[in-house]
Amino acid sequence: MANTAAPAIRRPGSEPADKRRVRRTRGLKSALTGWSFVAPATIIILGLSIFPAVWAFILSLQSWDGFSEATFVGGANYAQLVSDADFWNAVGNTFGYTILFVPASVLLGLFLAVALNRRIRWMGFYRTAIFVPFVASAASTGILSTYLFSPQFGLVNNVLRVLHLPQQGWLDDPHQAMLVIAIMSLWGSAAFTTVIYLAALQDVPAELIEAARIDGANPWQTFWRIVWPQLAPVTVFVTIWQTIQAIQLFDLVYTTTRGGPLDATKTIVYFLYEKAFRSLQFGYGSAAAYVLFAATLLITIFVVVYSRRKGTEAF
Amino acid sequence: MSNSVLAEVVTSSEQIAAQPSAAPRKRGRRLSGWHFVLFPIALLFLIPFIQMALASFSPAKELVAFPPPFIPSHLTIDGYVQLFGQTDILLWLGNTILVSGTAIVSNLVLCSLAGYGFARLKFAGRNLGFLMILATIMIPTQLLMIPTYILFATLGLLNGLGAAIVPWLATAFGIFLMRQFFLSLPAELEEAGAIDGCNRWQIFFRIVLPLARPALATLAIFTLLGAWNDLVWPLIAINNQQSFTLQLGIANFQGAHQTNWSLIMAGNVVATLPLILFFLFAQRQFIATMTFSGLKG
Repeated sequence: MANTAAPAIRRPGSEPADKRRVRRTRGLKSALTGWSFVAPATIIILGLSIFPAVWAFILSLQSWDGFSEATFVGGANYAQLVSDADFWNAVGNTFGYTILFVPASVLLGLFLAVALNRRIRWMGFYRTAIFVPFVASAASTGILSTYLFSPQFGLVNNVLRVLHLPQQGWLDDPHQAMLVIAIMSLWGSAAFTTVIYLAALQDVPAELIEAARIDGANPWQTFWRIVWPQLAPVTVFVTIWQTIQAIQLFDLVYTTTRGGPLDATKTIVYFLYEKAFRSLQFGYGSAAAYVLFAATLLITIFVVVYSRRKGTEAF
Repeated sequence: MSNSVLAEVVTSSEQIAAQPSAAPRKRGRRLSGWHFVLFPIALLFLIPFIQMALASFSPAKELVAFPPPFIPSHLTIDGYVQLFGQTDILLWLGNTILVSGTAIVSNLVLCSLAGYGFARLKFAGRNLGFLMILATIMIPTQLLMIPTYILFATLGLLNGLGAAIVPWLATAFGIFLMRQFFLSLPAELEEAGAIDGCNRWQIFFRIVLPLARPALATLAIFTLLGAWNDLVWPLIAINNQQSFTLQLGIANFQGAHQTNWSLIMAGNVVATLPLILFFLFAQRQFIATMTFSGLKG
């Protein structure tokens, strides 16, 4: 690697001509080698992301159904979004889900990590049981949700019936459908937050905990006063990550309620899916996608700035 | 994104995975209070899978009876017989294996090459190239669906397996992961290779790649999970039943076989069991991968 490295400080003009030529051919050769390593993957990735991302922005300024001539409409799609009641319903549903899902997933991950961070018998079984749902796909989770939470024959209502508790509508009830989706998302994603917190817990210096114990702190105080502040960067990271996941919710809605009942689970991505691929409004759908992208960026920047101000650096 | 946190998390998650999970025998005799917390939670997490397996072997009629029995009166393989007889599940399984297999091989080759290039080689445009690849991680897939759909329609890729394969040929995270790994390798080995007269390609294939096995395992699992479970993109790009992936096939079951829950669950078992078994055998690698997989976007 040293032989391909160019000397750091030397003005090219001061070199003899033959040395310059050697350098140039060497630079060309290393560029050729370098790009032959990285080009295939780079072309595929940039071609399927940067290029479409720019195209999506151009599309968002157009009115196009994919067949007839596209017409330039400027910001009309964005203006239409602002006054679209369906869109605001989708924003509201997505917001509701995020409020439900993100704190629950962070707290659950933290709790499970604390519970799993010890050496007791059957720990292998406990970890496997909690981690294995991670491999369940959205399609699979959707089928399981519909089955377990079926108002007629589902296990959940069956347990409620045996306990003489009132039967619920679950996915058929506009007020409960999002809750069921959040519960099943938690089931599948708990492993992710748990593993990250587990890793962070193991990095908390043992001397800190020991010192707190000697000072007479009980385990509860030790956790919240000593350990929890140490976990702050990871909490910021996990919160951002789960928030991005939450506002992009689509799969599980598609495989359970398809936006129903009464549009109660129609999320922003579901809205954009319907606009683009059901009613072929490519321009309008792209505008919705860009609003979502902007919201994602803003939330990320907000959390990062806020946590930096509080002195917690995760990024 | 957050290189430092992520790298740290990954290394320590490997430590977690490596940790012996069984307690030393001496201390095991005292029953920890945590069992009363962990056992019910573990059971709760397993219930959906238990129900899935149970339902797939139950008589279809009993599953929709009222009140539903907790335990079926007898076990039957009718669900599986109907699944394999009435649906294209084997074709879809083949499609999914083909898509995931191609994705894994392609990712292992292309991402390790690119990761090595970005980590070790010096050439014009390297930093810009890597920066742009990192930037793509921030772009949500939803933004790319519409133009990619139009692009694939223009290229004639829609409705075939190619539509499912092409987006998985290389991933930004694969490159990121491999680059991080190669940066952590000591450069002396490669320098020794260079002194012995190896060129860059020989150094890469003979010296570096054999050392990269742990990172390659993580990348393979990451790609397997993503490609095997992908639903949104195949849903948009593939309308032809012959080219359905498993996920697409079982997602459509609920409409097509609405009341035949033993068939639906049998399909669900076929789609999920390979990954569950794989998880049980390679739990360590899965846990290392898990920290990355949230970032597939």
